[in-house]
Amino acid sequence: MKSSSPLKWFATREGLYYVALAVLLVVILPLALDPFRLNMVGKYLTYAFVAIGLVMCWGKAGILSLGQGVFFGLGGYCMAMFLKLEASTPEATAIQSTPGIPDFMDWNQLTELPWFWEPFHSFSFTLLAVIGVPVLLAFVIGFAMFTRRVGGVYFAIITQAIAAILTILIIGQQGYTGGVNGITDLQTLNGWDIRTDEARTILYFVCVGMLFLCLFVARLVQNRKLGRILVAMNAQENRVRFSGYDVAAFKIFVFCLAAAFAGVGGAMFTLIVGFMSPSFIGIVASIEMVIFCALGGRLSILGAVYGALLVNAAKSGFSESFPELWPFAMGALFIGVVLAFPNGLAGLYQTYVMPLEDKIFKRNRGAKLEAKPAEKAAEPKPTAEKTPDYDPMIDSYSPEKS
Amino acid sequence: MSAAKSKRGDFLLAVEGLTVSFDGFKAVDDLSFYLDPKEIRVIIGPNGAGKTTVLDLICGKTKATSGSIKFDGKELTKLKEHQIVHSGVGRKFQTPSVFEDLTVFENLEVSYPKGHSVMGALGFKRDAEVFKAVEEVAETIFLTEALNEPAASLSHGQKQWLEIGMLLIQKPDLLMLDEPVAGMSVTERKKTAELLRVITRDHTVLVIEHDMQFVGDIADRVTVMHQGKVLSEGSIEHVKSDPKVIEVYLGH
Repeated sequence: MKSSSPLKWFATREGLYYVALAVLLVVILPLALDPFRLNMVGKYLTYAFVAIGLVMCWGKAGILSLGQGVFFGLGGYCMAMFLKLEASTPEATAIQSTPGIPDFMDWNQLTELPWFWEPFHSFSFTLLAVIGVPVLLAFVIGFAMFTRRVGGVYFAIITQAIAAILTILIIGQQGYTGGVNGITDLQTLNGWDIRTDEARTILYFVCVGMLFLCLFVARLVQNRKLGRILVAMNAQENRVRFSGYDVAAFKIFVFCLAAAFAGVGGAMFTLIVGFMSPSFIGIVASIEMVIFCALGGRLSILGAVYGALLVNAAKSGFSESFPELWPFAMGALFIGVVLAFPNGLAGLYQTYVMPLEDKIFKRNRGAKLEAKPAEKAAEPKPTAEKTPDYDPMIDSYSPEKS
Repeated sequence: MSAAKSKRGDFLLAVEGLTVSFDGFKAVDDLSFYLDPKEIRVIIGPNGAGKTTVLDLICGKTKATSGSIKFDGKELTKLKEHQIVHSGVGRKFQTPSVFEDLTVFENLEVSYPKGHSVMGALGFKRDAEVFKAVEEVAETIFLTEALNEPAASLSHGQKQWLEIGMLLIQKPDLLMLDEPVAGMSVTERKKTAELLRVITRDHTVLVIEHDMQFVGDIADRVTVMHQGKVLSEGSIEHVKSDPKVIEVYLGH
């Protein structure tokens, strides 16, 4: 990706944006907030995983999914099943009529562990399933829809229906899933108590680490030819098809990628919050995820992180004082963003803040600015410079030199 | 008739008995025609004659109801669109369809015939070969100066050239152009004719065009379509003097 050493990348404009986010998440917030609030920020960040996936899937490739909660939930439930089994030792559940199975199963007159719970005794299987199960479902949906050229609004409606179906299924099958209460009373991860303040702080940092991992994967994809094809596909699907690309395969790929991110986010959510329930995966939750992405800027993976943080912080703040007003505020926010700033916060930043940055940059270190686009994709040597509108936060398919 | 002209008797493209019916309406009706390698063929005909549908059928955008399209010995009617492209057929649409958000360079790069699978596109590297191919094509289509411009900033004519360039970089054996000079200025038309002459040194070209002046400039042979069928075929002089053609098309 970088033309010279990886360290130099951090001194580029795009690199600095990542550094700024890292400083905020790793230094400022942990110092400024008590463990309880930090844990809440950790929870918000788990939604950022979904938002990053939506940037790739919706912002870049134009595939709007209103069912990302499904993948978030599947990842979260996989993790919750592992933790629940660990918490349901025969000793801990001795008072049940069938000791050794999760409590809600016992309440629902189940006498043995269902077959699909068995593999979740294994931690490594669980880690695979956290990504594998959402990706598998995304592949099946994507294959069924995209090879039949179902797209746009129809696809959005179908994904929303899937979110509804999964919620109904989970609530209806409470003996197997914990029903509307979800899977609760999770205690330890491989013997490590996840409920202490210390553990929650560590989990917060793990979450930040995973988030950056996902950011870099997303960035890699968007800076490669693959990323340009996604954008091209969004604008001129037929031209891409008649340039020799199997459009469906690319759509399936990006949908699966978004599902994988969401799955990781869901698993982190379960660990950080300590339970998983259908209310986090249904239609409303899924649409909220789209709002995080839209507010942050649907073309910017970094913007998506800020969007998830800000909307969730606003939600907490608002619901603490005026719980009944929040849905209206949220709706107004979404309509406002779509009408007034279609590129969200990242778009505003690009329009208003970046010119200021340019001025400061030019005054202080004009020379360095010249070297800026070295960060862009893999060309041998970047030469002439211009690109007034180029913004690494918005898009990374900057004009390449020849 | 074409067989006699073809050197070894093998056509690059053989369309036989091609029919497509939309809810009973036959847009293309039992159509047959043959292209020799390196030939420039122009299809003309009144609106609704089925010209664009023929191109749609060849490139796989529309599926044929019956009939066969053999390209270089391969049956195209069974293939998917991207497979048809890979076997060497390039198609330019009537309205310029370039990627406006990408630069001219990136437009051409996306069309470069490597990295077409998902993983291929992820691992695709911009090597010297890509630069060379892009620069060569950019020169052919008069866009060397505009390589780093976003395609959205190009004029209508330049977009048409860019789309032709996007086909050229795929190195297809057959290029299909749907009204390449529509909406162009006189100068742009001349340049486009020049461009097509360069292209036809190495490619077979199938063009749909209305502008008779332009048709006369470039065509080896002309096929006149009317109501989904071939009305007349031959040199431009031949079809111009064909009474059937005058009747339905030129005379009015």
